Amino acid sequence: MAFYSLKTGRARYRQGWLFAAALAVCLVLASPLLVIVWQAAQSDPADFIDTLWRPLVASLALNTALIVASTTLLCGVLGLVSAWFSERTRLPWQGLWPLLSVAPMAVPTFISSYAWVSLSDDLQGFPAALLVLVSAYSPLVFLPVSAALRGLDPALEETARTLGLGPWRCFFRLILPQLRPALLGGMLLVALSTLSEFGAFVLLRFRTFTTEIFAEYRAGFDSHGAAQLSIALLLAAALLIGLEWRVRRQASSYERRARGTRRAPPRLELGAGKWLVVAGFLLLSCVTLLLPLSTLGYWLTQHGDAAVSPVEVSAQLLFDASFSSIELGLEGAALTVLLALPLGYLLARRPGRVAAFMERVAFLVQGVPGIVIALGLVTVSIRVIPGLYQSQFLLLLAYAILFLPLAMVSVRSALLQAESRLEELARSLGLKGWQTWLRVLLPMAAPGLGAAASLVFLSIVTELTATLLLSPIGTETLATQIWADTSAMAFAAAAPYALILTVLSMVSTWLLMLLLGGNAINRLAADGTTVAGETAHV
Amino acid sequence: MSELSIQGLCKRFAQHRVIDQLDLHLTAGSTLALLGPSGSGKTTLLRMLCGFEHCDAGSISIGGTIVSSPGIHLPPERRRIGYVPQEGALFPHLKVADNIVFGLPRSLRKQRHRVAELLEMVGLPADYADRAPQHLSGGQQQRVALARALAAEPAVVLLDEPFSALDSGLRNDTRQAVMQALQAAGATAVLVTHDQSEALSCGEQVAVLWQGRLLQQDSPANLYRHPRTPELAGFLGESILLAGVATAGRVECVLGGFPMADSKLQGAVEVLIRPEQIRLGPPAPDTVQATVIGMEYFGHDATLHLQLRQGQHIIKARTSGWHAYQHGQTVALAVDGPLTVFAQQGPGRSTAETPDNARFLLSQS
Repeated sequence: MAFYSLKTGRARYRQGWLFAAALAVCLVLASPLLVIVWQAAQSDPADFIDTLWRPLVASLALNTALIVASTTLLCGVLGLVSAWFSERTRLPWQGLWPLLSVAPMAVPTFISSYAWVSLSDDLQGFPAALLVLVSAYSPLVFLPVSAALRGLDPALEETARTLGLGPWRCFFRLILPQLRPALLGGMLLVALSTLSEFGAFVLLRFRTFTTEIFAEYRAGFDSHGAAQLSIALLLAAALLIGLEWRVRRQASSYERRARGTRRAPPRLELGAGKWLVVAGFLLLSCVTLLLPLSTLGYWLTQHGDAAVSPVEVSAQLLFDASFSSIELGLEGAALTVLLALPLGYLLARRPGRVAAFMERVAFLVQGVPGIVIALGLVTVSIRVIPGLYQSQFLLLLAYAILFLPLAMVSVRSALLQAESRLEELARSLGLKGWQTWLRVLLPMAAPGLGAAASLVFLSIVTELTATLLLSPIGTETLATQIWADTSAMAFAAAAPYALILTVLSMVSTWLLMLLLGGNAINRLAADGTTVAGETAHV
Repeated sequence: MSELSIQGLCKRFAQHRVIDQLDLHLTAGSTLALLGPSGSGKTTLLRMLCGFEHCDAGSISIGGTIVSSPGIHLPPERRRIGYVPQEGALFPHLKVADNIVFGLPRSLRKQRHRVAELLEMVGLPADYADRAPQHLSGGQQQRVALARALAAEPAVVLLDEPFSALDSGLRNDTRQAVMQALQAAGATAVLVTHDQSEALSCGEQVAVLWQGRLLQQDSPANLYRHPRTPELAGFLGESILLAGVATAGRVECVLGGFPMADSKLQGAVEVLIRPEQIRLGPPAPDTVQATVIGMEYFGHDATLHLQLRQGQHIIKARTSGWHAYQHGQTVALAVDGPLTVFAQQGPGRSTAETPDNARFLLSQS
């Protein structure tokens, strides 16, 4: 489709190189997925059914469905309730609660899993996995729902009140339906993340599709069974992505035109009940933040032999792991932002069917579990470009594919802020195309690009699955070290790595806030819906 | 439909008095335009009527029932009011029909009670019932918002700058449709606006709010002709203020002698003349003559800038756009009386006149 448009040669498509570059990026993005699907298409259907029609697969499917459904539901309820209380009621220390509700997102799931599993042997299996995932993922519901609550026009509620609705009926007949897209969108994001979760499940000994794919891949180096299981996982993911698209489309019809200044929505007085809410928030933060982090602190003070497996931390190893984490993070961030530029530019400046199609490819890939992408890349590197296997570049490529959609949203909005009028103005003042890029576009978009880079850095440093599968032999990162030590029950040894990783994660989150201003996360959360809204209004 | 009565109403935000000892009365079934510049407290007043804000002192009663006073605050949902906010605020997740019946009991909602009738009342086709609000123009959204407010047969309809977001062409049509619908429903209505021409054309009554106080409440024509202060005159439309001398029901100014509109003032006064009160004719002896020194042409009418032959005064006159006047042309001026006068409030404020000149002119004639 893209080439067809290119060949029509209309003035709109003069920047053919841009489309070519964006298309190339899309191809890279989709390559692991295409390989997996191609591989599955090659195999014998009977064999395929044999592999999948096993009691083991049935129990995996049940486990996966159970954890996905219960995490999603719990996150939905928790996210909605905490968002409503923190946005719509008058509480003491009002600014603190949103912060505490979002902060658990910065703690990688394998770190909190490590904390819980090292606390007691009983904290394993389904309940522990549910606890860890709900803590980590409820911000995915909290953020869009509280942004939606803040974005609701207070005039709507006031009008409903004058039409005879009390506060409760107002909530159920007006506010809840308005929050539906944000709530469902957030819950689907939780479902997708749970489906892709790997590290927490392994550490907490809960078997799902992802852990089994990894096990089969590791056990035999036979990617056959792993690939077939991947297809099953992929189908489940495809179902969720399809649902998410539907919600997104629906959300566009809820959009209202932007208005000028708006009154802040009213907050409810709870009286003495507010202390109950505060207690609830505090209790929640204890479970999601305080306990995991203090367990980490506890192990830091312990000698290696206090843990089940006594392992001492080597300073050299600690330094090497930190160094390679940071190095991979920086290189990966640079590569990802570079690859996101043509796509982001295309989306910002030449919106249309081609751009929308490419955006869909990117978001499709984002929904695919990391382990499937990593396996696909392994196959690509073995079958198509043998030199790539076990190279650092392959790992960087995996990061770029995994986190490009994340970067793209940021790059796109940064370029949208650098208005195209200014670009045209620069051209009218005699600047050439590349000079405009250098002197107008990039300086104006710099904070947004920086934000995209730090977001990708943050994601890479805390990434585990692809790193485990693709890192060159001998390369250990903080994440893989924590994983290895925790798997070996060497809890004290894992602590320093976990500490450094947590600090790194917080520093880059702080950098992200700095670059995007105070409401960085809100903007990221809102971006998804505005994209859909704008296309609907054309 | 019920009467609306406000007595001694006060409201402060922090130290700032937003509403200050306000009294206002509106008979059942009539329409009041609440006019004021931004920051005059008109929106606050409307929000207090709705029950979104509490009052500090005084009282509001609707249909004889007190809904607000210190210690009493009926919540918005129990006031039987219809509220039309700026830009309509239609519920984006509901169709037009569901928006209209939103405030009705469930059984009436199911049968889409009076939807067709209300749509017709606000001048929209019946098949709009199934449209989504996003697919309506701003003016249409505003009409649906009114239909929604009227559906539950409220005691009072309150409209908060309902036309300010519309562009001028749409604004007139929407305004007419809304006013007709309000009349058809026999509604008691309060419409807040900062646009004086909108206020004058909408209300059977116009109340002017200024820094939280009610300056004047009157019919539109009375308000425009006989504003209580020169500032109010200027706020309501273009005005020429000339110095004059009042004696026994007549006033003398640079444009001649005229009967005064019911005023017992004597001595030095300020005379209000609206540009459209000035009639132009061919110059003749014994007339006040002036030279055209500038013109603003609008098509349907034009504003001429005239320099009086006697004295150095420059005044404005509104004429039909049909007659062409030339720059430098000499014309004769006559004024349609009677004139409104204000007590003289000291020098330096009038737009065209000084007392000395007036006395000079008077002694000449």
